[in-house]
Order: sequence, then C-alpha cells, then structure tokens
Amino acid sequence: MNPPANNSRISESPWQAAWRRLRRNRFAIGGATFIVVLMLVCWIAPGYSAYGQSQQDLNLQASPPSAAHWMGTDSLGRDIATRVLYGGRMSLLIGLAATAVALIIGVIFGGISGWIGGRLDAFLMRIVDVLYAFPFVVFVILLNVAVGEVVKNWIATSSGLSVKAANEWRSQAELLILFVAIGAVEWLTMARVVRGQVLALKKLEFITAARSCGARTPMILSRHLLPNVLGPVIIYASLTVPGVMLLEATLSFLGLGIQPPAASWGTLIADGAKEIESSPWMLIFPGTFFTCTLLALNFLGDGLRDALDPKSLQ
Amino acid sequence: MLNFIISRTLQGLAVILAVLVITFGLLKLSPSSPFNGERNVTPEVRAAQNAYYGLDKPWPVQLWRHVSGFATFNYPPSYKLKGRNVGEIIAQAFPVSVAIGVPALLIALALGIPFGAMAALKPNTLEDRTATIASTLGICMPSLVLGPLVALIFGLKLKWFNVSGWFDADDWVLPAMTLGLIYSAYVARLMRGGLRETLAQDFIRTARAKGASEPAVVFCHALKLACLPLLNFLGPAAAGLLTGSFVVENVFQVPGLGQHFVSSATNGDHPLAMGTAAFYAMLIVAFNLLVDIVQAMLNPRIGLKT
Repeated sequence: MNPPANNSRISESPWQAAWRRLRRNRFAIGGATFIVVLMLVCWIAPGYSAYGQSQQDLNLQASPPSAAHWMGTDSLGRDIATRVLYGGRMSLLIGLAATAVALIIGVIFGGISGWIGGRLDAFLMRIVDVLYAFPFVVFVILLNVAVGEVVKNWIATSSGLSVKAANEWRSQAELLILFVAIGAVEWLTMARVVRGQVLALKKLEFITAARSCGARTPMILSRHLLPNVLGPVIIYASLTVPGVMLLEATLSFLGLGIQPPAASWGTLIADGAKEIESSPWMLIFPGTFFTCTLLALNFLGDGLRDALDPKSLQ
Repeated sequence: MLNFIISRTLQGLAVILAVLVITFGLLKLSPSSPFNGERNVTPEVRAAQNAYYGLDKPWPVQLWRHVSGFATFNYPPSYKLKGRNVGEIIAQAFPVSVAIGVPALLIALALGIPFGAMAALKPNTLEDRTATIASTLGICMPSLVLGPLVALIFGLKLKWFNVSGWFDADDWVLPAMTLGLIYSAYVARLMRGGLRETLAQDFIRTARAKGASEPAVVFCHALKLACLPLLNFLGPAAAGLLTGSFVVENVFQVPGLGQHFVSSATNGDHPLAMGTAAFYAMLIVAFNLLVDIVQAMLNPRIGLKT
C-alpha cells in the first residue's frame, strides 16, 4: 500500500481503487459469494432440517444418499446433510475466531517489534525464529493438552460450580482453548508481516512530518501507521483463515480437536475415512464442502492481495 | 563461508535448546504425572518408577537430566514404550518416514516444476489458467480428504497396493503419492511466480537483445533465479516431509515418526516428545542452513548473512 497521498487517479481513494479492482475479479467475488451463502445456510438451514444433529434412525444405518437423506446417513443412522451443516458452523466459527486470536497476537507482537526496534526487535524476532523451528502440530497438541488440563482442573475443583454446570462449562472451555491454541501457533507470519511493514513505514517522511506537526505517538500509530498496515494485515488474515480451518480439521481428524457430540468437518471426515470402503459418501460430502470452502477462501485471499497490493500484479 | 557455517550451527544449537526447554515447560504445565493412567500399581511401585525416571526431583533437575542426556547422545528411556530409549525409537521410525518423504518430494518436484514453468512461460493462456486452477485445487485438497480417496481408488477398488500397513516393498507408494500430489501444487505455484518475476527483469531483456535463443534464456539465465522462492519453501517442507505427515501416516497406518509426535504429546511421554520436537528442529535448522548456502551460490547478490 502506498502512503495516503498517492498520485494515482483522480479523486479515488486507495480503498475505492482496491474495491474497484476486487469487483472485477470474478474468482474473488465468486469465492466471497460462496462463503456468504455457506454461512447463511449453515446458520439458518439446520433449524428447518427434519433431523437433529444427533438424532438417530437405527433403521437406516450407513444408508446411501436418498430422497429422505440427501447425503445419506452415517454408521449411527444420523443424517449427514444436517451434520455437515452443523459441522460447517463449527469449522467456520473456529476459522474466524482462531484467526482473530492470531491477528491480535501477531499485530501487537509485530507492531511492538517494528516500532521500538533495536535490541527488543532482535530479541522478539529470535523468539519467532525459534517458534518457526517448532513442529507446529505438536505445539498445538501440547498447548491444548496442557492448558486444557489446567483449566479443567480449575473448573472441577475451585470454581465452585455444580457438577452439571461444570460439565457444560468444560465443553465451552475446550472450544475456547482450541481457538487460543490454534491462534497461538498461526500468528508468527502475521507478526513478521506487520513488523516488516512498520519498520519500513516509520522511516518514511510522512511520519516525520506528522511528528514535526506535534502529533503524539498514539495519534501517529492510530491515524498514520495503522491505515497503512491494514492492507497487508487484511491480505494475510484472509489467507490465514483456510490455514486455521485446515489445522482444526487435522487436529479433529487425529481425535484431538472437537470432541463428540459436537462435530466439525474434521470429525466428519475422520468418521468417513474409517468407513471409506463401505460408505464412501460419508467422506465425500463433508470433504467436498471442506475443499470448496478452502478453495473459495483462497480465491478471495488472492483477489484481496491483487486488489490491495497492485504491485504484486507487476 | 566457514565462519558462516560455524555461526549458524551455534545459532541452531541455541534454537534446539530453546525447543527442548519450551516442550518441557508445556509438558510440565499438565498437572498429572505421566504414570497416573496405569492402574493396579502399589504406591511403592509408583514411587520406584518416579525415582527411576527422576520424577521425584525438582523440575530444573529433570530438565537438566533430559537436556544433558540428549546433548551427550545418552538418550533417556521412553516413559511409555518400555525398554526402549528415545534414540532407538527415532532411529527405527525415521527410515520409514524417509522412505515416504523422499519419493513424495521427488513426485512434487517432478510434477510441480514443469507445470509451474509451463504456466509462467505462457502467461494468461489456457495452459496457464488450467495449471493455476489445478494447483489451487491441490493446495485446497487436504491430505485428510485426498488420503482416504487415494486409498479407496488405488487400494480398495483397483487393488494395486495394500491400503494400510508397512509390510510389502511397495507400501510407500500410496502415502508418497498423496503427499507428492499435495506438495506439487505448492511447487507449481512457487515456480510459476518465481519464473514470471525473473522473466520480467532487465537482465533477461539484455540476454534476449544479445540474441540468446529462448531456451537459452530460460535455462541458462532465468532458471537459477527463478528457483529461489521454491528453494525457500523446500527447506521447511523437506524437514516436514522427512519427519512424517501425521495425517497420511495415520490414514495408511504407517509406523513412521509422525505417530510418535502425536502420541508422545498426548500421553505424557516427556522424553519422547522432547526428542521428536528437537529432532524436527534439528532438521529445520540443517535444511535452512543448506538452503541459505545454495541460495548464495545461485544468486551472488544475496550473500551469506549470519
């Protein structure tokens, strides 16, 4: 992104220009439309489904797609279409929430590192280097297990909740820990992006000009630096969402993420993978939804990059 | 050059030490003892176990015990896989992961480089569009979906290979194919980007102006620089492939390293978790060093930065 005073077209702000470029990109608009429709369907449609998420029909166990069950049933006789929609809610929710966590950590960490610079910068970036050398799935598992046990123990012993309330809270807490654990792994590149951007920007003349006009640091950060960092942050955040969703699915696939009775696309795919020989539809439907969503998110992310960072187009 | 290697090796050792300490810290956050899950054990037996593994000592002593063990190649015993030490476990599982990872990497390069280069040489044509869409699809096709499908088609329907296990000489094919297909998408993308960017540069115009033929321009002038983004990706990717993919090893029931990463972290096998994490970090450090050296050879402008 150029600094605000750019010499492009007549009276068109950089954001308007970016929006114009984005609108012309059919793939990006298609991806965005897909995501919006998917979200609406996942949040509205299950309410109108004839089946519940865990409702079983033991007469129809592992039955192929039919008029009553559009995507068939799983080995416990549950409607897969309904479960795919509920699972989609969970996967999309985790994708957005964990990206938000990664965004907050990454922007603050990278911002401090780049703005203060010097020794602190060198130290903070060494931390990032070390964490890059860490097998990230292991890191998530360790965080998930360790923090999970600490929190569960706390809920069980010293929170003063009744057993039933504690159980309810526990599943909420498990979900929250998963967001935080995934977010705590995925912030590294975001921190590098923001740091590089801040480091380059703070040396530019318009920051010096703002300072010589008497602007204080909070003012410079919020009015001058933030708008210029926002472009790369949006680009990278939109590319983080599919990465986060993939990580959640991987964890759930390995039995470490979402726990039953809740379902996500990862757990549905894991269930389907076990029955791949006898009932392939159990994998194919959630797998298709998952792949299409990742594809749509990637198209949107690439489109945003081309729109917000025209230099990358050459 | 020598200075560079020495200084980077020392930095790498610091990184590995940091990884060991962080893993230990995370494992110790979990309040339960690694042996709490084992039932029908008298308190005396439990105490003897704790004393044998040093779990009765304060945590700095435990940490020192582990770290000095790894540093002197005097590997600590695994808590869960009884009678075997961490070194033996890694030495047994690593060749399996290598037998899958190396062919996977070769498949990825053999597919990705030609397709990526073709897309870059004919920008905005049908070939380019097809290759780009196919590679985006490959990036979005997660191994947990592709793996079972590959197993279904080539294992269960066509019966060319075993679906799971590690018994026959050709059991590496399906897992390597799954991983190779996915990685080839990334390779193609990076190759296309790198080559397009290089072909737009001034020295390519100069080469064309002095009359170099198109193949000479691509192979003698552009290719070296165009490989740089790919090379940077290959360092960490090779480390990841060689230490095993958790999902693919799980799908095809392969006894590689990946399973140990997951199981040791969940069942509280502290020495094995630390050992596998440090092993992975070691490979990352080594491959990054290698990438930096090759990069400096390919592009003198980059040089060796410590």
